[in-house]
Amino acid sequence: MNTNRHLSKTVGGLLSATLLAVMPLAAMADGQAPFAVEKGWAPPVGDVPHGRFLIDRLEYAAGDDEDSVNLEFKGWYGGDYNRIWIEGEAEDVVSGGSGGAIENLDLLYGRLISPYWSVQAGVGYQLEYGPGPDPDRGYAVLGLQGLAPYWFEVDTNLRVSEDGDAWADFEAEYDFLLTQKLVLQPRFGTMVAFDEVEEFGVGQGINNVKLGLRLRYEIKREFAPYVGVSWNKKLGDTADMAKDEGEDTGDFRVLAGVRMWF
Amino acid sequence: MDQYDTLTGKGHSRRRFLRNVTSMSVLAALYGYGGIRPALGWPQAGNHDAVREVDGDTDVFNLVIDRTPMEIDGKPANPITVNGTVPGPAIRMREGRNVRIRVQNKLDEWTSIHWHGILLPFQMDGVPGVTFEGIPPNDTFEYHYPLKQAGTYWYHSHSGLQEQLGHYGPLIVEPAEPEPFDYDRDYVVMLSDWTFEDPHDVFRNLKVAEGYYNYQKRTVEDLLEDIRQKGWSQTMRERAMWGEMRMSSRDLLDVTGSTYTYLINGRSPNDNWTGLFKPGEKIRLRVINGSAMSFFDVSVPGLKMTVVQVDGQNVEPVPVDEFRIGVAEIYDVIVEPDDQQAYTIFAEAMDRSGFAAGTLATEVGLTAEIPAPRPVPSRGMEAMGMDMGGMDMGNGDMEMGNGDMEMGDQSGGMDMGDQSSGMQGDQGMTGQSSHAGMVMNNDDAKGGMDMAMDKSGGKAPWPLADRDISHGPDDHGPGAAMVARNPGNRLNDPGIGLKSTPEHKVLVYDDLKALAPWPDPREPEREIELHLTGNMERYMWSFDGEKFSEVDGPIQFHHGERLRLILVNDTMMDHPIHLHGMWMELENQHGDLRPRKHTISVKPGEMVSARITADAPGHWAFHCHLLYHMKAGMFRVVSVA
Repeated sequence: MNTNRHLSKTVGGLLSATLLAVMPLAAMADGQAPFAVEKGWAPPVGDVPHGRFLIDRLEYAAGDDEDSVNLEFKGWYGGDYNRIWIEGEAEDVVSGGSGGAIENLDLLYGRLISPYWSVQAGVGYQLEYGPGPDPDRGYAVLGLQGLAPYWFEVDTNLRVSEDGDAWADFEAEYDFLLTQKLVLQPRFGTMVAFDEVEEFGVGQGINNVKLGLRLRYEIKREFAPYVGVSWNKKLGDTADMAKDEGEDTGDFRVLAGVRMWF
Repeated sequence: MDQYDTLTGKGHSRRRFLRNVTSMSVLAALYGYGGIRPALGWPQAGNHDAVREVDGDTDVFNLVIDRTPMEIDGKPANPITVNGTVPGPAIRMREGRNVRIRVQNKLDEWTSIHWHGILLPFQMDGVPGVTFEGIPPNDTFEYHYPLKQAGTYWYHSHSGLQEQLGHYGPLIVEPAEPEPFDYDRDYVVMLSDWTFEDPHDVFRNLKVAEGYYNYQKRTVEDLLEDIRQKGWSQTMRERAMWGEMRMSSRDLLDVTGSTYTYLINGRSPNDNWTGLFKPGEKIRLRVINGSAMSFFDVSVPGLKMTVVQVDGQNVEPVPVDEFRIGVAEIYDVIVEPDDQQAYTIFAEAMDRSGFAAGTLATEVGLTAEIPAPRPVPSRGMEAMGMDMGGMDMGNGDMEMGNGDMEMGDQSGGMDMGDQSSGMQGDQGMTGQSSHAGMVMNNDDAKGGMDMAMDKSGGKAPWPLADRDISHGPDDHGPGAAMVARNPGNRLNDPGIGLKSTPEHKVLVYDDLKALAPWPDPREPEREIELHLTGNMERYMWSFDGEKFSEVDGPIQFHHGERLRLILVNDTMMDHPIHLHGMWMELENQHGDLRPRKHTISVKPGEMVSARITADAPGHWAFHCHLLYHMKAGMFRVVSVA
């Protein structure tokens, strides 16, 4: 996987500059004896930064009314404690309509605070495009990400926009090993808004519940095609707003895609 | 001429000191004999020695470190070689003499050689960044030191991940005095794990994708099987326990047969390394685990193996059918092949994901049956350090009905089958409370039963019985995903997936007994407690939750002091812990006759102790010998001053 290594090095190089700017300079002390330090010898073992770019979902999602291509990715670079994250989720309608959205595009600093949990903080960007107006906004993010007991992968974020609107999202997923390579992954997601933001179709309160079920086959760890289904149900004020627009509040899709990382 | 005479130099006749044979001519003869390509490294039959030159009271060796394209298991590889082979040639030094080794580095990177288990001036120990700077490309470094010990050892690079690439070999120190056992022929059996991946990619995979190489995780099928066998509620209780801890009971080895080809003397099972014998001979096998990440279970089906040395040190002979060898450990065993033409030397990876195999045979080309693969074991609650400590429930050596044993309190949970009771912190069953010796009639519930009871008689008290261990104010911080609340004595436990029975004896650390007390009779004046810690999710490995990059300076030993080093395993993995420059006298049941080791394997949930005499001034490496654990930070410097 030389190309992968090369790519990750390039991405890594770009990000490490950012990382250096963000991170407080670590103390240079390590376990070396003063004897060896005086001689200027390199330490016997040291920390090397690593990185990974995960395309968690790249899928074709066929629904009753429209089909879309969805993308979700998470990339990180850094050490064991401090990492720079870039995360994003997007959707582009390719059939039965037009338009799409960058639901979030986040640049985050993450810090390991306990064996399984990292806090993340940073900035992000959201955009909806065509038909009609193309609203966008920037926001600040504070997140918690990690592995909950019983091996649930959890990612939750609080976002506050430049206009002062706040909302929180929560996502959990679980890997069921049917065999060593065949993995069934249920997902749950929800979003709660503290303020109504009409241009994004966001009502106050619980906005939606998203459920997904994906069955992937890990041809290798880095590359796993999958099929699945998803169901996104809008709730409360958000559902009312959708109805007013003449949209359905429930959206069921059949999926086919690939999960891969470099 | 008898065919065995043509083999001198491979199987070493002890009575024939044919030295300074140019190994090339021997090799040439062998290649003709075995009909194999020289590109394979070691010959198919026998061993391969380095040329020894004699200069007065000094033995001189010349080693060249280089990349050499060759075939491993029939596939093209480009390993790092010592004098052109993997493993490097066996270096035969002599006790009581000096040695001078010129190491020429033909790589395009720095290198080094560490003489594993040899006591020497620290400047000669060969650890870059600790004892010297290393050997630059196109440079030569000259090691020189006196040999004050005998036995089987090994050498390997201590630079980067070079060990994974083939940079290792056997080191034998021939004794000045005759050894207390007899043999007719001896062979090195060097076990190792080869991958065709770049070791830096292996490390990265471990760092960024937990469980990358584990294709033996629990699946839905295992769950259903458990429910069938144990019932719904017991299965759910167990699953809940593992789930709460976010641990896998199938996390046995980090790097597995999914990428590794396991080798004996550089040869895969297909390339079948062979040790020749004449029926009736006593064959000494010097089994060295030179692998980067693999524990092996070693047996020669059909033959009893008598363990005579461990880590180069004589022990009271123990006949066994199988033994587990941790990375960097060394076991010398004697086998007496008799009627049969061929026997398999079988070394199965601890996680059962693969094996190394060779043959003992009366002629090259013979093979014997390879044992069927055993099922993948799962770790039990004892691995969590929750109190099942010296109580491996599958251990056939456990003799609860021993009439010599008086139990002061039987209420301490005789229901060993009920795992939930083991979770209550029930001290009575930990096997920690051996202080009362054979007869334990104290009223304290902790009196318990001594499961490690020596059938032959008395047993030394375990120094860690009732010890209050400390995990620090924060349970070692984010670098430690778990702590063992109640680690125990597992010296009588052969380890995960092994069971010792009267029909199939498996070696345990409690079997190891020195032939005579070691020179320093003092009791320890000071104790140093270190916890083995890790976080699998981020592949962080450390002592006391702090990686090498996080601690400030070395561990201090005072020159001349007598120490007790206490190791507490707060992880789900077995760790082979290696101290350079000084012996660790493992405190098992044999009191003053405790065995002396350079590498001690510590099981999950286990606590062990060793006495150390800090008689070697200087700076020494102390680390987990799993290569990628060391690389990830499980490393300390010990300064003796």
